Amino acid sequence: MLKFLLVALRMTAVTVVLLGFLYPLLIMGIAHLAFPAQSSGSFVRVGGRIVGSRIIGERWTQARYFHGRPSAAGSAGYDPLSTGASNLGPDSKKLIARVVARIATLRKENPRESGMPPIGLLTASGSGIDPDISPSDARYQAERIAAARAIPLRRVLAVITAHTKPRTFGFLGEPRANVLALNLALDRVNGASTR
Amino acid sequence: MTLTGWLQAVVIFAVLIACTKPLGSYMFAVFTGRRTWLTPLIAPLERALYRITGVRADDEMNWRQYALAMLGFSFVGFAYLFALLLVQGSLPLNPQHFPSLSPGLAWNTAISFLTNTNWQFYAGESTMSYLSQMAGLAWHNFVSAGVGIAIAVAVVRGFAAKGAGSLGNFWVDLTRACLYVLLPISMVAALVLTAQGVPQNLNAYRTVTTIAGGKQTIVGGPIASQEAIKELGTNGGGYVNANSASPNENPTPLTNALEIFLILLIASGLTYTYGKMVGDTRQGWAIFAAMFALFWLGFAAIYHAEASGNPLVHQLAVRGGNMEGKETRFGVAGSSLFIEATTGTSTGAVNASIDSFMPIGGLVALLNLQLGEIAPGGVGSGLYAMLEFVVLTVFIAGLMVGRTPELLGKKIERREVQLAILAILVTPIFVLIPTALAALLPAGSSTLGNAGPHGFSEILYAFSSTNANNGSAFAGLGGDRFYYIATGISMFFGRFFVAIPMLALAGSLAEKRPVAAGAGTFSTASPTFVLLLLGTILIVGALTFLPADALGPIADHYLLYAGRTF
Repeated sequence: MLKFLLVALRMTAVTVVLLGFLYPLLIMGIAHLAFPAQSSGSFVRVGGRIVGSRIIGERWTQARYFHGRPSAAGSAGYDPLSTGASNLGPDSKKLIARVVARIATLRKENPRESGMPPIGLLTASGSGIDPDISPSDARYQAERIAAARAIPLRRVLAVITAHTKPRTFGFLGEPRANVLALNLALDRVNGASTR
Repeated sequence: MTLTGWLQAVVIFAVLIACTKPLGSYMFAVFTGRRTWLTPLIAPLERALYRITGVRADDEMNWRQYALAMLGFSFVGFAYLFALLLVQGSLPLNPQHFPSLSPGLAWNTAISFLTNTNWQFYAGESTMSYLSQMAGLAWHNFVSAGVGIAIAVAVVRGFAAKGAGSLGNFWVDLTRACLYVLLPISMVAALVLTAQGVPQNLNAYRTVTTIAGGKQTIVGGPIASQEAIKELGTNGGGYVNANSASPNENPTPLTNALEIFLILLIASGLTYTYGKMVGDTRQGWAIFAAMFALFWLGFAAIYHAEASGNPLVHQLAVRGGNMEGKETRFGVAGSSLFIEATTGTSTGAVNASIDSFMPIGGLVALLNLQLGEIAPGGVGSGLYAMLEFVVLTVFIAGLMVGRTPELLGKKIERREVQLAILAILVTPIFVLIPTALAALLPAGSSTLGNAGPHGFSEILYAFSSTNANNGSAFAGLGGDRFYYIATGISMFFGRFFVAIPMLALAGSLAEKRPVAAGAGTFSTASPTFVLLLLGTILIVGALTFLPADALGPIADHYLLYAGRTF
């Protein structure tokens, strides 16, 4: 047994060096050269200043921007240091109450939209930092944004169309639009200065 | 359910089948000491490693020595991680200055990663230093998977041996599993992941001002390298709390498909390795067929439940599938497939909240764990868990026709059946008794995230998951001292009290000389056998767990459709 423990100790030391340090550092080196933007966090820059990450969702509240999905990450939502889902069961009173409240808020915020809000805007995501919304989640907000920015609806719809990504290879995942990309495109249509 | 949703699953599966034979043959070559195309590259490294560690590669071990070496290595690995977590606060590579972990949490986490469970009572992004993640947790992801493969290979050697009592050399199997199998595939996968947007750096977290004027903190770390081995080694411990639901770990539909593929890859390949090692590849395909029959049944049930959606939400005139706890880019189909893969193996990574799944979706995940994770199972552990059912099935078939049961020409006698039953009994003992205790004790029910039968499901799932070394959770359940200790014990027994009886069984079979098959021999490669095997698995699982499941997800389902909320 003592012999096994000695071998185990040495095996642990060697494999920690190899698999715990050399492997991740090698990947880091290659990634740094081949995929510098992705490996450092997919930062999005506006005028040279980092304003967010392409892959991480953030909280949007102003009427003139697209809003992301409800989030259970942290108390205010979209806390990247406290990611996670609501973990409420499908028959949870809390969950149903939240959906009812979200319907009421969304209808108040989007008075020109006559239909019911789509499911994506009524349910919290798995990560709490979902960067995307579905095309129907985006279209539901289009009238509000057009009114808030005093631009024609078709220009908002054009932004949605331009930034909707189809399923990868036509069958992987779901169609989606990145909320930050949508909002940056809106600001390019009519400037951020009208804040 | 949609056609594209099914197409996604079918294409991933087709790629998996296409890789099963090449990978299986490759692993056969690796573990029987034959030359592979990577040998010129890796052999010098392997020899250097043996020289430093003092391993004599041609030393053969009997099952006791093999088990002792495995236990010794596991003990050292446990002590190393436990110590690392206790002092991470004063070690380098900790740009966020996270403090050291409490002894209770460090103990639970060390057992969790040692046993390939990766149950997590912490949020990685606000608890673990970069050093702990890469040199502690990710290292365990490699070696705990390597240990699983080594045990499986040793067990198969016992089945295939022709009267020699030896099962191979643990250190050689472990080294080869890590160097020849896990490391090269992880490197390729990590690079694809980072190309798709998974971070791989050692930078401190960055706080930025958003265009709406808010503040946002962007997490960094060596995530891609850990994500690759986390899925490939069916470990499942998330770098961040949201696990593979987080875009930091799983940013695109392509990474989602890759991660599902990695989760299933080695377990599938090992069925072919098994066939080659016992000299009849049909034996391997029979096991493959049984595993994936269960897999597809499970996927169909989860996908149907989730796509049907929540009737209580539909009552509010809202349409659509159940999207609570799911990410937009994966949708219902991509989440259902991932959860079937992660619970059919011992992975436990999640790309959606299982707690928020429909009761039937949650039930299937739970049953996958309770059946012992054999669809297709964890790296190594899936194969040896399936082989315990194979022994039991052969025994039952023998009883039915009144013949001494045989497996691969070897008589299955009292000792083998006893050991297989012992391994099978560990699951109910260390799931049902702790669940009952937790439901009775105030300490067990004070941290539930949901009320009613769904709350009971959280407890039952916790012990099913830890015992099966899965690590996924009905994550509403909070952690405290009671659960640190109870789940720690459950994980320990779930790993070692299945592995050791299986090694003993292999040791016993290794000493038997095979006899030639006669006209009355029941073929273990026939469709009849596959059906019998499936029947045995389902009957054993159902008899053991249905009463408990009826109090949890099954009651939940009927009450939900009757309009009850909790």
